[in-house]
Amino acid sequence: MKTQNISAQIFHDSPSDLGHRAKWWTGRIAVYGVLLIWALVCLFPIYWTLTTSFKMAPDVMKGHMIPWVDFTPKWLGWKSLGLSPDTLGDDNTVRAEFVKRFTNSAIVSVVSSILAVILGSLAAYGLSRFSYKFAWMRNGDISFFFLSQLILPPVVLALPMLVLYKELALLDTRIGLILLYTLSVLPIVIWIMRDQFSSIPTEVEEAALVDGLSIWGAFITIIVPIALPGMVAAFILSLVLTWNEYFFAALLTSTHANTLPVMVASQTGSQGISWWSMAALAWAAIVPLIIIGVVLERYIIKGMAAGAVK
Amino acid sequence: MRAASLVGKAGLRLSNSGDLLHVVTNDNISSGRQGFGRAIIWGSALLMLSVGLSQLVQVIGWGAFGFQNWRPTLYAYVLWAVCLCWGQVLLHGEHGKRTLFVLPAALFVISLTVFPLLFGLVIAFSDWNLSSPTGRQFNGLNNVRQMWADPFFWNAMGNMVWYVLAIIVEYAVAFGLALALNADIRARKFFRVAFLLPLMLSPVAVSWMIGKSMLEARFGPLARLGRALGWDDPSFFGSPWIAKATIMLMDAWTFIPFMMIMILAGLQAIPKELHEAAKVDGANGWRAFWEVTFPMMLPVSITAILIRIIFKLKLADIVIAVTSGGPGGATDTVTSFIFREYRDRSNVGYGTLLAMVYLVVIVIAMTLLMKLADRMTRPRT
Repeated sequence: MKTQNISAQIFHDSPSDLGHRAKWWTGRIAVYGVLLIWALVCLFPIYWTLTTSFKMAPDVMKGHMIPWVDFTPKWLGWKSLGLSPDTLGDDNTVRAEFVKRFTNSAIVSVVSSILAVILGSLAAYGLSRFSYKFAWMRNGDISFFFLSQLILPPVVLALPMLVLYKELALLDTRIGLILLYTLSVLPIVIWIMRDQFSSIPTEVEEAALVDGLSIWGAFITIIVPIALPGMVAAFILSLVLTWNEYFFAALLTSTHANTLPVMVASQTGSQGISWWSMAALAWAAIVPLIIIGVVLERYIIKGMAAGAVK
Repeated sequence: MRAASLVGKAGLRLSNSGDLLHVVTNDNISSGRQGFGRAIIWGSALLMLSVGLSQLVQVIGWGAFGFQNWRPTLYAYVLWAVCLCWGQVLLHGEHGKRTLFVLPAALFVISLTVFPLLFGLVIAFSDWNLSSPTGRQFNGLNNVRQMWADPFFWNAMGNMVWYVLAIIVEYAVAFGLALALNADIRARKFFRVAFLLPLMLSPVAVSWMIGKSMLEARFGPLARLGRALGWDDPSFFGSPWIAKATIMLMDAWTFIPFMMIMILAGLQAIPKELHEAAKVDGANGWRAFWEVTFPMMLPVSITAILIRIIFKLKLADIVIAVTSGGPGGATDTVTSFIFREYRDRSNVGYGTLLAMVYLVVIVIAMTLLMKLADRMTRPRT
């Protein structure tokens, strides 16, 4: 009798609770289902490109997907780029071309992002701390002037810039691209940094000023270190945008200052190009960004969320 | 004395608009320093004018100075800009140093947008084939007439409307994903990184990876999938509407993460108590979403959609790289159309006019949208 009492459950799940649990489980499954499907949608093209760069023609045509299971990886695509292990040592014109484009892209995007972060941070700091009056424009108007540049479609500037650059001998130079790229990301930097600076209380600088620093001294030694995460976020976001930019690069460069996207696009156009080498090129063009995305994801999200929540 | 007047000014400012940061410094600006400041500003301006004018004279053909290009004027302009910034500090002391925060960015933006835009207005009303030796010829309103009769331009404008409308669907998907990410899940970091990646990839590479290889009609994995699902002839760029939808999907693939992250940031800013209160009041999931979450998310949603529209209006890379506007202009965007117009005929004048018209349309449409958004987010009284 005693044993019976012990084995009998004292607390029973009422039928309504059981229903609740079933509902909870379906909810879980739905959420994870959605997440997994979308993760597949996001990652499959990247996976497909990477595997295709190791395939040979029959593998592509038969639609083989999984390396070592239904096809044996070959260095074919990377060999045509001159980046496979056995060709890495010798001279290779395609690789030289690729490295040149890669360097161009790297220089242009890094320099223009740094420039944009410097100019944008200064402007955003000024606008968040002092009241200005240039002619009829007050702070609100100046901010709007900067942010309205975001609306300006690149195509409006493209053709006048083409003619101007031709006259200024800036066509097909890195400097020309850097200037335009800085301009195109500046509004975004100002947007992010304005948010950053207005979240720093002015007492911080007031204390520094009382201690005898000048405004610029206080800005550089005190404010910049505090706002550094925001600046990194703005920098990374600019880097991504400028690295990927194609339109201006296609119009304004021809041989010297071509960036990587232009090279990728010009290869896509030609029909004779083989899939594996194209896949290798595309993969090589996106790999820096995948690394940045995985390592610095925190900053990118911070940058993009800056304007969202006030 | 100068300091006293500054204090007076600062006090005055405090009462109406007001600096957030008050700095009162003892500025004793000697008249020599002021004179020097004025001298460098006006001197460099004069230098810029004289260089510019002499270059103009050479271009018109009244004299030869041996200029190869307009670089000297550019250098003179840069010198003037530097002198202007420096002169602010010399002339106004502490106030000049404040101006120095905004002035470089303002000069930069003005010289790279306002000047080309004015120049573009001149080009827009001329016939200018860059490869022909005749150079620029003013042709009045001919470009406008040509535009009016150009079916491809209006077709591209119409396409833009469809592309922008596709944002509604993108928004719904992004909201759903943000809700899923905001749920109590494991491996959140993995999902966030995976979802973010499409945004990081260059559109040109994406257009090869997806548009040219995965959607390839014979061997592409998506074409295979289509065949397996019973689509006999999976051509993704064959008929106009399917091609348009494919471009929309590819663009959505890249930009959904952007909206998703903004919405996710908004979702995480909603206080937990609100959901608990809704639960106590007996609202189940669906009603709690429509009556608590969605209204709370309205301002963030509108910001995200507006920014997304701005980006969408610049859509070109994918179209240029995948379809170059085809079939029959069904996937053309205004930008890709102008790009081809220039590439095929190297006519700068007509393309610029189209771009200018596009800009005017965009500015009007965005202003209306912002007004509307402002009215929607304003709390009802």
